[in-house]
Amino acid sequence: MSDAILGCVTEHALPEALADIREEFLEVGEKERLTLLLEFANELPELPARYSEHPDLLERVEECQAPVYLFVEVDVAAVVHLFITAPRESPTTRGFASILTQGLEGLTVDEVLGVPNDFPQTIGLSKAISPLRLHGMTGMLARIKRQVREKTAR
Amino acid sequence: MTVARDENPKFAEYAHPERLVSTEWLAENLSQPGLIVVESDEDVLLYETGHIPGAVKVDWHTELNDPVQRDYIDGEGFARLMSEKGISRDSTVVIYGDKSNWWAAYALWVFTLFGHEDVRLLDGGRAKWEAEGREYTTDVPTPEPTDYPVVERDDSAIRAYRDDVIAHLGKPLIDVRSPEEYSGQRTTAPAYPEESSLRAGHIPTAVSIPWGKAAAEDGTFRSRDELERLYFDEANISKDDDVIAYCRIGERSSHTWFVLAFLLGIENVRNYDGSWTEWGSAVRVPIVIGDEPGDIPQR
Repeated sequence: MSDAILGCVTEHALPEALADIREEFLEVGEKERLTLLLEFANELPELPARYSEHPDLLERVEECQAPVYLFVEVDVAAVVHLFITAPRESPTTRGFASILTQGLEGLTVDEVLGVPNDFPQTIGLSKAISPLRLHGMTGMLARIKRQVREKTAR
Repeated sequence: MTVARDENPKFAEYAHPERLVSTEWLAENLSQPGLIVVESDEDVLLYETGHIPGAVKVDWHTELNDPVQRDYIDGEGFARLMSEKGISRDSTVVIYGDKSNWWAAYALWVFTLFGHEDVRLLDGGRAKWEAEGREYTTDVPTPEPTDYPVVERDDSAIRAYRDDVIAHLGKPLIDVRSPEEYSGQRTTAPAYPEESSLRAGHIPTAVSIPWGKAAAEDGTFRSRDELERLYFDEANISKDDDVIAYCRIGERSSHTWFVLAFLLGIENVRNYDGSWTEWGSAVRVPIVIGDEPGDIPQR
C-alpha cells in the first residue's frame, strides 16, 4: 500500500490545529493514546444554552454508537463554529467530538471542507481502540462537512 | 467455586443462581480473596473514567478478539491475558459492563469457551451500580501475574459456525436483533451502520425475540416466570431443545445465550457469533424478508 503517498496528501491539506492534534497522538505510545483521548473527552465544552435548551436543533449522528448530536454554524465571515454533545457514559465518543471541535473550530468553510475524510484513520488510534470504533469519528466528520455544505450551498 | 454464591432470593429461582451476583453482594464482597472483578464495556474508555474499586478491564475488541482473523484469541493468548489480569484458573470472576451487560455477557461467553468455571455477571451491570451511587475509583490495579494454564478453546458446546446453523434449520433459532433488522428494513442496528452486511432480513425459521425483552428497565434480568413466558410460551421453545441465538456480531445474543443457558437451564444453547454480519454477506445462504420466520428452504 502506498502509505507514504497517502500520508503526503493528507499532510498537505491538514489545518494546523488538526495537524497538532495528530502529532500529539503519534508522539506517544499506544496506551498513552487512550489517556490522551480521555483528556480530550474531558475537555469537550458544554453546549451553549441556545442548544442545550433546544436539543431539537441538533442533528443526531447515526454512525456513533452513543447518542451524539451536533450542530454547525457558519458566520458572516464564512467561519465555522461547531457544537457537539455526547453522554458522559460514552467517553470515547466525547473524545472524538472534542478532537473535531478543537481541530475545526474557527476554520473557514474551505478549510473544513478540505480536511481529508480519512483524518480519523491517521492519528494512530486504530490499534488502541479498533478500526470499528474509529468509524464513529469518520461519521461525525462527514456530518460536519455535510452541514457546512448545506449552510453554504456548496 | 472459590467464593460463596450470592444467596439473594431473586436468583434462587433461576436454574443456575451461582451465575449472578447483586450490587449489594458485590459491594460487601469486594475484598474477598479469590474474587476478581472484570469490567467489559462497549466504550473502550469508560473504565478509565471510573470503575468499581479493584476491577480490571477486559476489552472485547482489542483483547478477546484475534487481531488478524475474525475469531477469538487462542488458549495461549487467553492464558496470557488471564495472567496479566491477575486471574487464576480457580478465581471467581464477576463481570459487569455498560449497555445492560451486553459486552459483559459476551466476555462471560468467551471465558466459557475456555472452560473458566466460576464466572458470574453483576445483575444490572454498571448502570445499576452507578444509579445506586456506589463507589467508583480511577485507580488502576496492578495485578500479580498468575500461572493460568493454557487451555485450548472448545467451541463445540456453546459456539455455532455458519455451517452449524445451516444444519440446524428446523430447530429453534432466535434472532435477538431489533424488529427492523429482522424484517429487513435495515441492514444494521439503528446506531451501528459500520457493522453492516450486504443483504437484509433474517435466517429462515428464526423467531424474533429482541434481547432487551429479557431485561427490566434497570438492566437487571427479568424474573424466571417472565422469562419462561417469553421463551417457553411465546417462542415455543422447550427445555430439551437445541437452540441457537444470533444477532449482528454475537454480543446481544450472548446476553440471550446467558438467559437461556443459566437462568432457564437449557442445556444445549449455542451463540452464532458470525451472526448477521456473516450470514447477510455470505454467498448463497437463504434469507427471509418480512415479519414471518419463513420456511426451511428446499436444497
